[in-house]
Amino acid sequence: MDAALIPKGVKRCPLPQFLGALTVVSVVLLWGVYAMLLCWLKGLNQTNMNNAYGFALWIWADLAVIALGGGAFFTGLLRYIIGKDELKNIINFAVLLGFICYSSALLILGIDVGQPLRGWFIFWHANVHSMLTEVAFCLTCYFFVLCIEYVPLVLENRQIDRVPFFHNLSHNMHEIMAVFAATGAFLSFFHQGSLGGVSGVLFARPFGFREHILIWPYTFFLFTWSAAACGPCFTILITKITEAISRKKLVKDNVIRLLAKIAGWMLLTYIFVKTIDTIYWAFVTAPSKGFVLNFFYTDNAFYGYWILFLEIVLCGWVPAFLLVVKKTRENNKLLWIAVFLGALGAMVNRWVMVLQVLAIPVLPFENWALYIPSWQEVATTILPVAYGIILVMISFRYMPIFPQEQELNPIEPPTPEVEPAAAADAEETPADEDPAAPEGDLQPAQA
Amino acid sequence: MKKENAKRFGMVIDLDKCTGCGSCMVACMAENNVPFREDETDKLLSVAWMRVYKLTNGKAFPDADECFLPRPCQHCEGHHGHSPCVSVCPATATDYDASTGIVSQIYTRCFGCRYCMAACPYHVRLFNWWDPVWPDGMEKMLNPDVSVRMRGVVEKCSFCFHRYQLARQQADYEERGEVAENEYQTACTQGCPAGAIVFGDLNNPDHEVTRLAQPDLSHEGKSRNPKAFRLLERLGTNTKVYYLSSREWVRRLGDNYQVKAAQHQA
Repeated sequence: MDAALIPKGVKRCPLPQFLGALTVVSVVLLWGVYAMLLCWLKGLNQTNMNNAYGFALWIWADLAVIALGGGAFFTGLLRYIIGKDELKNIINFAVLLGFICYSSALLILGIDVGQPLRGWFIFWHANVHSMLTEVAFCLTCYFFVLCIEYVPLVLENRQIDRVPFFHNLSHNMHEIMAVFAATGAFLSFFHQGSLGGVSGVLFARPFGFREHILIWPYTFFLFTWSAAACGPCFTILITKITEAISRKKLVKDNVIRLLAKIAGWMLLTYIFVKTIDTIYWAFVTAPSKGFVLNFFYTDNAFYGYWILFLEIVLCGWVPAFLLVVKKTRENNKLLWIAVFLGALGAMVNRWVMVLQVLAIPVLPFENWALYIPSWQEVATTILPVAYGIILVMISFRYMPIFPQEQELNPIEPPTPEVEPAAAADAEETPADEDPAAPEGDLQPAQA
Repeated sequence: MKKENAKRFGMVIDLDKCTGCGSCMVACMAENNVPFREDETDKLLSVAWMRVYKLTNGKAFPDADECFLPRPCQHCEGHHGHSPCVSVCPATATDYDASTGIVSQIYTRCFGCRYCMAACPYHVRLFNWWDPVWPDGMEKMLNPDVSVRMRGVVEKCSFCFHRYQLARQQADYEERGEVAENEYQTACTQGCPAGAIVFGDLNNPDHEVTRLAQPDLSHEGKSRNPKAFRLLERLGTNTKVYYLSSREWVRRLGDNYQVKAAQHQA
């Protein structure tokens, strides 16, 4: 029924099957929307946050999706500025994921603030000394950049592309995309960094506080670096998941391996610096504030040294080596594990730098403040996930997100009923290529 | 205001005198229209600008000892007015007033991001999780000089700044340059039956608070009084609330002494 909207040369599941899956995810989405409305109408008393836990699950989710969405800016930087041309075959998907992540982050922020209708105050009464101000400005600007980067993809839909104006607009936007990629990289550098600075500047919270380079705490640089390292891991992970669900190869191995290799080196250098930062913080910064390392990981029901091990070793050094070493990088199973751990590493890091900071007592006569989110918080955190799945489903079905899909998955030779022009198109498609390990360059299915 | 005329309003709380009666908390709530709910069992959801902590030395009888510690906003000066909470507010909804040393909160500008709460190690910043609901008739007894706060914004102790404004107006009307010490006192100070709380201008050597606190301005206000201490002094928050105690274990509980370097300093 919707065949006219599906890109040429690719096969999609029947519409009822698609709508069935869409309905299931939409139910989850509606559950999140209901919780969101409760928070807006009744206030943040719907959460389990309290005066000790002013930042909680939402802020973690916010920081996490922004870090994972970092694949968009970094892949764009590699593709358009540094000139890694192979990445043109995954950049569309990276942009889509970035768009989902950043729009989700804005939505979460809209729920998280106590007075959402005053949200514009952050721009109107901006305090230039606040890290959150910088985050708000750069995040909003970058979201618009992502919209601009996403629009050409939408315009490439078969039916939209038939309109000459949209066809030309899409083409011209592709031509100047390097400008937006550079702008996005610039903006991302600052807001990813400022999100790191959010806890790094808290000089009265010794667990989060870090020393500075000029006005920027070390976490400023570490967050940007980790987003550039873990964002591409997330892009690869979701690509792999999409391939698994659609049961077809969508991106050639050489593209995935190139991005994985770059992510691996970024991760390795990041985790090396992060380890040094942790050691310096543990043995210099924290003691200067009256704390010993052991204090932060003992005498409470949840936070132990396991989380430090999880973040630094299991989700840092391990995936870094798996991605850097050619043999393990080219092993499909190990690649899955590596990109999963890499993406998880960013999420754990953001958890530690938001929730653990607040859990730790600073006054000597106070206790650890542990927190379990309410169902409303959980539902509103799952809401963007459901929204993201829906957007990926729709974009994958109706837009040429993966330029190599057609070549990697040649459809059956056309039946005699098919009109001659379509048959000629199909003959140009190589049908005998091994989809398991194809190499080489391709022309993307662009307008 | 010129630097030489600047005030540094601060407080000294004598913990040897405090009985933990909670009058300061009640006086503060009544004065500042602090909202409360029917069920206040979860103290982490309560709005209490002044909170009294019960400290114990952790020893068994007969060495057991306890102490009550009232905790208002510490009105941190930090380094040159760089208090932990002020610089982080993205909407400039909180301010360090260099002419009074008071950290203020602009309720109508706060949009409830709660970054300031995360920045404050003393937990003096409190969020309005609910809209205030006053028992029938009580709204007529609210203090007209203090605005009530709505759901979704942060509030905190203001050192009863509205009282300073009234005292200043009176002094200006009477063409007096200065507000006298007894003209501007916080509600908790006046509410304390034991006289444990002393309030005044730490820049004025004639004020009782200065005589007790003995701040050394060349060392960011560190007290010269051996009985005095400030909470979490080593963090560099440079607070303006001083505590007095003759008991060493109480003084040591005011900060974290968990490393050898710190013990050498102590």
